[in-house]
Amino acid sequence: MAQKEGRLMKQYETVIGLEVHLQLNTKTKIFCGCSTDFGKSPNSQTCPICLGLPGTLPVLNKKVLESAMKIGLALNCKINSLVKFDRKNYYYPDLPKAYQISQYDFPIAHTGYLDVKTGENIKRINVLRAHMEEDAGKLIHDSSIKSSLVDYNRTGTPLVEIVSDPDMRSPQEAYDYLTTLKLAMQYLDVSDCDMEKGSLRCDANVSIREFGQKELGTKAELKNLNSFKAVKSSLEFEVKRQIDLVEQGERVIQETRLWDEGKQITVSMRSKEKAHDYRYFPEPDLVPFMVDAENIESVKATLPESPAEKQSRLIKDYELSDYDSSVLVQDKEIADFFESCIKKYNQPKKVCNWITGAFKQELNARKLNLKDANITEDDLVCLIEKVEQGTLSNLAAKDVLKIKFDEKKSIDDIIKDHGFSQVSDDETLKKVIDEVISENSKVVEQIKSGKEGAIGFLVGQSMKKTQGKANPKKIGEMIKRRIIDG
Amino acid sequence: MKLSELTAHELLDLLKAKKETADSIFSSVKNVIDATEAKINAYAHISDKPIQSKNSSQKFQIPIAIKDNICIKDYPTTCSSHILKDFKPPYNATVVDKLLNSGALITGHANMDEFAFGSSTETSFFGPTKNPWNLNCVPGGSSGGSAAAVGAHEAIWALGSDTGGSIRQPASFCGVVGLKPTYGRVSRYGLIAFASSLDQIGPLTKDVEDSALLLNLIAGHDKLDSTSANIPVPDYTKSLTGDIKNLKIGIPKEYFIEGIDPEIKESILQAIEVLKKQGACFEEISLPHTEYAVATYYILATAEASSNLSRFDGVQYGLRCHPKDKRRTSLIDMYEETRHQGFGQEAKRRIMLGTYSLSSGYYDAYYLRAQKVRTLIKNDFNEAFKEFDAILTPTSPTTAFKIGEKASDPLSMYLSDIYTISANLAGIPALSLPCGFSKEGLPIGLQIMAKPFDEEMIFKIAHSYEQNTEWHKKKVAL
Repeated sequence: MAQKEGRLMKQYETVIGLEVHLQLNTKTKIFCGCSTDFGKSPNSQTCPICLGLPGTLPVLNKKVLESAMKIGLALNCKINSLVKFDRKNYYYPDLPKAYQISQYDFPIAHTGYLDVKTGENIKRINVLRAHMEEDAGKLIHDSSIKSSLVDYNRTGTPLVEIVSDPDMRSPQEAYDYLTTLKLAMQYLDVSDCDMEKGSLRCDANVSIREFGQKELGTKAELKNLNSFKAVKSSLEFEVKRQIDLVEQGERVIQETRLWDEGKQITVSMRSKEKAHDYRYFPEPDLVPFMVDAENIESVKATLPESPAEKQSRLIKDYELSDYDSSVLVQDKEIADFFESCIKKYNQPKKVCNWITGAFKQELNARKLNLKDANITEDDLVCLIEKVEQGTLSNLAAKDVLKIKFDEKKSIDDIIKDHGFSQVSDDETLKKVIDEVISENSKVVEQIKSGKEGAIGFLVGQSMKKTQGKANPKKIGEMIKRRIIDG
Repeated sequence: MKLSELTAHELLDLLKAKKETADSIFSSVKNVIDATEAKINAYAHISDKPIQSKNSSQKFQIPIAIKDNICIKDYPTTCSSHILKDFKPPYNATVVDKLLNSGALITGHANMDEFAFGSSTETSFFGPTKNPWNLNCVPGGSSGGSAAAVGAHEAIWALGSDTGGSIRQPASFCGVVGLKPTYGRVSRYGLIAFASSLDQIGPLTKDVEDSALLLNLIAGHDKLDSTSANIPVPDYTKSLTGDIKNLKIGIPKEYFIEGIDPEIKESILQAIEVLKKQGACFEEISLPHTEYAVATYYILATAEASSNLSRFDGVQYGLRCHPKDKRRTSLIDMYEETRHQGFGQEAKRRIMLGTYSLSSGYYDAYYLRAQKVRTLIKNDFNEAFKEFDAILTPTSPTTAFKIGEKASDPLSMYLSDIYTISANLAGIPALSLPCGFSKEGLPIGLQIMAKPFDEEMIFKIAHSYEQNTEWHKKKVAL
């Protein structure tokens, strides 16, 4: 079976395009002054305008336009100087006007690209368009009252939809594009990009065709992808499903399919025959207007460093390796944190090792974002300095760091309260070394016969006896002096 | 003469001189409402006490009727439709805020064609409004309630809305002055939309001076309406100078073709003579795309309407109905039953027309082509206004028709807006004022149009005409 799949996979080419919805992090909604705060009590963040009450009119939030232009520029897009909105008409209780204000024929940005590192290669994924629109509300289905409730808090939250060309050739590439896109958007600071909270949503279009075939195969649109992993898994499933269909002599039909996370399969939601006719037409309540080249340039000037730019700079300025720098830039907060540490303690390699090593481990173990962690660059620098000065062992420092994450105490207080100060006084160390030497006479003999490397073992034993509080460098020197120099 | 029969500017003079009080003016109007409303049915909702603001500057304490599609906070605002049954908006339309701030005393919501779909006020859920000049005739529409209320002295003045003639045609049928301002001159915030790119709120008044006064109160930029123009508002009463010497006025030949009532044509020709005597110059002009206006309008207006009316789905407010068939319990069933029971026949017809012309495969042939023709119509006017200060036409090809006469013939009903629709498509201001009566005693209206944001030109000419005629002084005897 595995062999058969391998052969089939080789025979067919996978074609994937992604539609990504980003919820913008503007303070207020796209067409009214309501707050966009997440997690507030239902319908508390609403007004007659976002509720679509009769007679109300939308007014564009200029911050949304600015963010959308930033997104377009960061994705190397052309910006449409004509800003125009359209109505997308459909009925659903979470859409109070029964139309969504969106952009149809003049998206704010079009024809761009994103360079994506996938495996060892950089692949250019073209961006077809990015447009502004308003989000819908949320339906809450409550079986206990046999009816559904609507929460309009999300209604009118600004969205930018980014549509890629069908340029991805494997689920992995799609995954890499999505993570690269997310990172780029986080660097722009236009969205929280949190798939769990729904501030980043992704639908995937996928089809297969035989290698060499020019025209696209019939696509399925996958929805309900609630995590990066779901995007990849659903695509893997769907590609297999389509290949199996074709192999059995059947046709793939154009349809929308839902990802069932529990069963790890896609299921048909609606076929194209039943698809909506959205009856797009220009939104008459918003007058189209022009943004001039000067305006576009001024937005361009405010674009922050992209992840790729930051990585090149880290390599150049701090002589970090390709690997180290790439780990740092994976998280903008972490990369920024690294740079603030460097300003206080200019040892890039050491700081980088700490951050990408123990520090990130602690964050990950607690599923924390840096901004929510109880630790500053001063704390970390203080810790590293103590290790470098020899007043704290590496091992002890890691323990201090762990405690620092959980206790609101200064580094010094933790060291004091938990007795982490490094033992450097000769008398104490001498006693420990005596013990270790008498307990390991065989090793001592080996060292005497010239196998100096075995000293490390004795150092380790000594550290154990001091619960890591000993200064390993000093112990090493003392043992060497005792055994070799006699 | 009763206070209710005076114009707003006359009443303001009395108020200023402290010869009358706001209370006595309001009760005078209220007495007329009590005595006549059963015959006229000008109102959809009547307020027992005036709706007013306690913290207003109290200057313009004039009883005013507001069309039932303009939101009044916590007061029934229903577009004379069953589907908005009991809807009370939690906000005022911007024009209502402005009026209340100026001291206005709102009498209630004037009756109208359902969602402003009509030219006769017969499609109202609350029953037809009657023409004060002949109770067997329609008052025109869709602002028929507003026009009839002013004509019958059930209000001193009124607000209507005009999408294809809905202020001017009823004004002409009821013998009052009706102005559709330039698109963008008056905020649409709180006007329940029919066709957003065509709708405009405007005054219905007893004379031209009142029209200028009321426009002063409601015009101006509104940050809640992106389509409102950020252009300074002049004092329109300053344009009532009477001086129209050497003004060039165009008479479009396309407006005097077959179908026009000969009495109306005669009245217009006489009006031209009156204005000529005051020094205005007249010349025949051509607006070559006029014949496409009605078709263009009914594609664009219904397209926008089909989208604007989608929100009436029974979910949040207004009517909600469930099918009697207990098996039909789905959301779609609720939508269908609510809209089935909530909308009248004309509303359903327009929603279907608009939905059709926006549908995939038809969009280019209908909506897009209509947009292109709209541009051509606009260009016709641009060209004309390069040379002419104003354009003069009849308001309607007929006087008020009998109730029921056109109710079953939508096409002939649509054609009663043939002279008024172009101004909405072009976005230009246009005013109708009385210029005579038919042998049957029904009012005839004269329409004056000018270039965008030149309401002053219209007022100037209309006022001059009014000063030299007596039509506007003729009162209804009920």
